[in-house]
Amino acid sequence: MSFAFSVAGILAAPFLGGLLAGLDRKITARLQGRKGPPIIQPFYDVIKLFGKESTYTNRHQVFYIYAYLLWMAMALLLLLTLQDFLVFVFALTFAEISLALAGFSTRSPYSHIGSNREILQILASEPVLVFLAFALYLASGSFMAGGLFLLGEPLLRNFPLIFAAVLLILTIKMRKSPFDLSSSAHAHQEIVRGVTTEFSGRYLALSEIAHWVELVIILFVVFLFWVDPWWVGILLALAAYLAEIVIDNIFARLKISWMVATAWGWGFGLSLLNILYFTM
Amino acid sequence: MNLSRARSPWVLHYDASSCNGCDIETVACMTPLYDIERFGAISIGCPKHADILLVTGTINHKSLRVLRNIYEQMTEPKVVAAIGICATSGGVFHQSYNLLGGVDKAIPVDVYISGCPPRPEAIIDAIVMGVEKLKKKGKEGLAGSAEASSG
Ligand code: SF4
Repeated sequence: MSFAFSVAGILAAPFLGGLLAGLDRKITARLQGRKGPPIIQPFYDVIKLFGKESTYTNRHQVFYIYAYLLWMAMALLLLLTLQDFLVFVFALTFAEISLALAGFSTRSPYSHIGSNREILQILASEPVLVFLAFALYLASGSFMAGGLFLLGEPLLRNFPLIFAAVLLILTIKMRKSPFDLSSSAHAHQEIVRGVTTEFSGRYLALSEIAHWVELVIILFVVFLFWVDPWWVGILLALAAYLAEIVIDNIFARLKISWMVATAWGWGFGLSLLNILYFTM
Repeated sequence: MNLSRARSPWVLHYDASSCNGCDIETVACMTPLYDIERFGAISIGCPKHADILLVTGTINHKSLRVLRNIYEQMTEPKVVAAIGICATSGGVFHQSYNLLGGVDKAIPVDVYISGCPPRPEAIIDAIVMGVEKLKKKGKEGLAGSAEASSG
């Protein structure tokens, strides 16, 4: 796809992600019988954060927060230009590791717990994406995501179980119940704010924007399961997102060890089963 | 910028030594009935993220240190609201030997809300008044805070 399209995609992603986050808050409020904030609430929050005093505990922290955002943008670029899916997975992992390092670079124990959990989340979720890359290879004969458009049939038809595994890690990536662990963003105050405890002002805003980009990325991965015709893929991604919000509201949170067990047990199991079944 | 500031007051709640009456009313603001999130306000556990500090209860020798610590960690612009008559002046306990009195004995207070406990509407009112102060402080202090953060 063209260069201009990719640049436009990168610029539009934070807005799209912000709107989705606002929609999430609205729907969550409605599910709980509240009126809820306006849909553009996340933008108010981030703009306000840019106007607040920004403190940092050391320079590494600032560097890692920028790295988080830039690698996230990089991962999105790789995905939008339909590059090698494996490289995309590495870029995404790099971004998340940067976030964990930003948490580790401070001395707050809450940050450290948050970062530890973040690393475990990466450990739990990333292998499923690698399996997805493998499935891509089996289906189209290359790791290039562009191959999907030439396939003639949706990836979902041959790999429904991997799709289920991706839905599972969607919860982990979106940091939602039952796996809302690393920043305890929704379970208020359990470990203060986890990884983001020591971020403030503009740096918190940047990490928030990076999280929106991450949301768009992971929904794009869902979209890849049905690229032709494209609107089915978009509907699929939206449906997954809405289901995620409902799941977030009806589930209690699980322990971190259960998350790893579920992601490895079910995620690995389903993916492996699907790949075996496909290659047989 | 100022519109965003008005639309997104993140609230931090600290219980200095309240009887829990005020705390229950404060938390009631977040329930579906009062739902302060419709104004963009969310309860946030981290002082570095918060805009408005709601303090309930009187200040004693133990909570003094904690309260000052929290206040210092909050980033500018910030506003402090004393919720309930205890936090305002010490209320019925003001002559007690182990208490210092209201919150203003420890840190500067911007908004006082009386009542024992105040109704949730009054607490929402405190947040609304706090937002006004926040806007004013934001206008005055933006140049100053930019200097402070680069140091
Ligand atoms: S003002 Fe009343 S309800 Fe509030 S902490 Fe004091 S005694 Fe309790």
